[in-house]
Amino acid sequence: MKFKTRNFDDAPNVLEIEELTVRLAGNETAAPVLDHVSLKIRQGETVCLVGESGSGKSVTSLSVMGLLPKGALVATGGRIGLEGKNLLDLGPQAMRDMRAQKISMIFQEPMTALNPVIRVGDQIEEVLNTHTRLSAKEKKARVLDIMNQVHLPDVERIYRSYPHQLSGGQRQRIMIAMALILEPQLLIADEPTTALDVTTQQQILTLIAELQEKHGTAVLFITHDMGVVAEIADTVHVMKLGKIVEQAPVEQLLRHPQEEYTRELLQAVPSLTPRAARDAPGGEAVLSVSGLQKVYGAHGVFKRSEPTKAATDVNFAIPRGRTLGIVGESGSGKSTVARCIMRLIDPTEGEIRVADHEIATLSRRALQPLRRHIQIVFQDPFRSLNPRWTIGRSLVEGPLNMGTERKAALSRARELLKLVGLPDDAIDRYPHQFSGGQRQRVAIARAIAMEPDVLVADEAVSALDVSVQAQVLDLLDELQQKLGIAILFITHDLRVAAQICDEVVVMQHGRVVEHDSAANVLSAPRHAYTRALIEAAPGRQWDFANFRELQTV
Amino acid sequence: MLGYILRRVLAVIPVMVIVAIFVFLLLRLTPGDPAAIIAGDMATPEQLERIRTSLGLSDPLHEQFITWVGLLMQGELGTSLISSTPVTQMIGQRIWPTVNIAVLTILLSVLIAVPMGVLAAWRHRTWVDYAVMTFSVLGFSIPVFVIGYIFIKIFSIELRWFPVQGYVAPTEDFGKFLSRAILPCLTLATIYVALIARMTRASMLEVLGEDYIRTARAKGVKETVVLFRHALSNAAVPIMTIIGTGFALLIGGVVVTESVFNIPGIGRLTVDAILARDYPVIQGMILLTSGLYVLINLLIDLSYTFFDPRIRY
Repeated sequence: MKFKTRNFDDAPNVLEIEELTVRLAGNETAAPVLDHVSLKIRQGETVCLVGESGSGKSVTSLSVMGLLPKGALVATGGRIGLEGKNLLDLGPQAMRDMRAQKISMIFQEPMTALNPVIRVGDQIEEVLNTHTRLSAKEKKARVLDIMNQVHLPDVERIYRSYPHQLSGGQRQRIMIAMALILEPQLLIADEPTTALDVTTQQQILTLIAELQEKHGTAVLFITHDMGVVAEIADTVHVMKLGKIVEQAPVEQLLRHPQEEYTRELLQAVPSLTPRAARDAPGGEAVLSVSGLQKVYGAHGVFKRSEPTKAATDVNFAIPRGRTLGIVGESGSGKSTVARCIMRLIDPTEGEIRVADHEIATLSRRALQPLRRHIQIVFQDPFRSLNPRWTIGRSLVEGPLNMGTERKAALSRARELLKLVGLPDDAIDRYPHQFSGGQRQRVAIARAIAMEPDVLVADEAVSALDVSVQAQVLDLLDELQQKLGIAILFITHDLRVAAQICDEVVVMQHGRVVEHDSAANVLSAPRHAYTRALIEAAPGRQWDFANFRELQTV
Repeated sequence: MLGYILRRVLAVIPVMVIVAIFVFLLLRLTPGDPAAIIAGDMATPEQLERIRTSLGLSDPLHEQFITWVGLLMQGELGTSLISSTPVTQMIGQRIWPTVNIAVLTILLSVLIAVPMGVLAAWRHRTWVDYAVMTFSVLGFSIPVFVIGYIFIKIFSIELRWFPVQGYVAPTEDFGKFLSRAILPCLTLATIYVALIARMTRASMLEVLGEDYIRTARAKGVKETVVLFRHALSNAAVPIMTIIGTGFALLIGGVVVTESVFNIPGIGRLTVDAILARDYPVIQGMILLTSGLYVLINLLIDLSYTFFDPRIRY
């Protein structure tokens, strides 16, 4: 692993945050959201701010931008120094002048961060309209120049495009172009690659590094991904509950973490080394898929476009008590396969056998009693539970539909909550009273309440912090051992797949490109796409949990 | 884009056919003999027969329909039973006051309501927001004729700024048209201002929470630009829907206002025709208003593609 070892002792400070305290507006008694946070960034330096959700990373960055939500959060103390000025003292117009000229910011979701009804060229140009007095011709030239610098193809066309006509990676490039067109001293990047595929993530990280080198920009990079930290950071600050608990140059922090919290955070990072192989159990597969195909837009009154093949000739089988992972980037067809298997959408062709029943072509009515054999856990636990229903009501709904008596279903629900590690009084509470990880436990309890043979987990841990992720993966493993469920695990994250899967299927453009044991796929990938995926995984040569280089056997 | 417009326009045809069939059957399926209803209690059998023949009521139903549609295609809606003038001519005389009043009303409403809604959303949960919402509730709840008489009392009788009643065509004298139309338009506008301001506020509140608004602020863009360029254009689709529906309603039913301000519009024409059982006029009015509804809805749908480039059905 090659860490950055640049020396910034002689570089001037660009940003100095001193003892910054941010509180909930009008609430002096509650614990502060930021508690005496101090941090400095020097010219050309990349400072990573890491921590779990709710640790105050984003609040720190928004404070610097002067974009704290009005009426909700206020900075009550400290200083944010930039060019000798305290940003906290600036009026609205003076602060607006700082933005884009001195400090810029790029955000997590390139899908929603651009205005959908304005052409992207105009959105970049708006920065120039706001801060400069250039002629129309000069403005257009500057915009095209920065679009070239962020390596967008066919800039004249993209200049006139709307955001929805561009890919996620292209949109993030537009955001970066917009942020850097006036060459600010400081760029704040708030999880800029979290929503992107690994290969795109790698490109964007390279781009940021390249532009930083070129313009000498200081970068404050906020992330929860230790892999990304290992790749790009000069200095790392670890945040927990509004405080900075540890800060050090990147190699020192990853090799010799001082604080207990930092150690825990690093140990929770799933490793790319696959789990120890388990013996294949005897018996028939509980889920088998053969020749599965899903085509969109093949028919319609007004035929407008070529049909889209979302999944083509997908075959696999899972025996009882084992886990098969489907790995791929967005648009690879992995979620389409999951939805076909759940019969949330109807497959165009192929066979799906669940617990000895062929379900691919059954009518809704005939399918209904078979639904209990296969259950699903979705990605976002904040949206997959009905917010107006108690946990108990969500848990018993399925069993009641299958004819279980209410009393029996409720007592079973209590057992299930205990089984997934929640107190049994959770049954009368509502989803908003739980954290993300707890809600995902509820979602898992809801799925296994039906006593399924197969559990489909569609990106079930992707929205969770790493430490919580590890707990939920452990829970799934434990449930599998107790109940003998087969798990179909859909994920974009190779590290997660390595932790839980016995077998891995790699999908690209709706096709299976590789299918083998987890060990073989991860350590001896045969297909070029699998290799590209593995190589793009950030920090893959580092063994975070053991604070050292990955030991190759 | 062109394909989309074409599909939308073609989709109008079946709707209008259904309306035409309904209007045609209206007269034929009225309980009792329409000729007897038309002729009145004192009619002789000869008079009845004459009315039947003149309406073509003795032919088989499908032949009647074909003749009727044929006439319709030539813009022939029949003749009023009361005044014996062609229906097209009657509507032609009365529609312009209504349309002019409707256009002015909607213009006034939008000019007042949209900034109000934007302001309320921007200053969410402050006194500005509460004032706008209070006005909105009042605008909904006070009946139109009460507002009309209050305006007349204040502006015409007390302040003597505007005439009490009457109508002058804008082509004749635009100043006189405005001075007479302003009170009825303001009266009508109250409810639409309430409605559109509310919709604008709700739609803006949603949009102001979006990520791209934060992006715009991070660029250092002025608040007015954030509000009107970035937010309002994204909030426009539901607001347009309300404006369009409001306009369609205005064309169809401003009976009360036309009565209060003595405007010779189609609202009063319709009411008079219904009271006199003037079937050809009623048929004509239904055809006209449903046609306008369909046309306005088509225009609203097409306006969506202008506001939101993602909409390409």
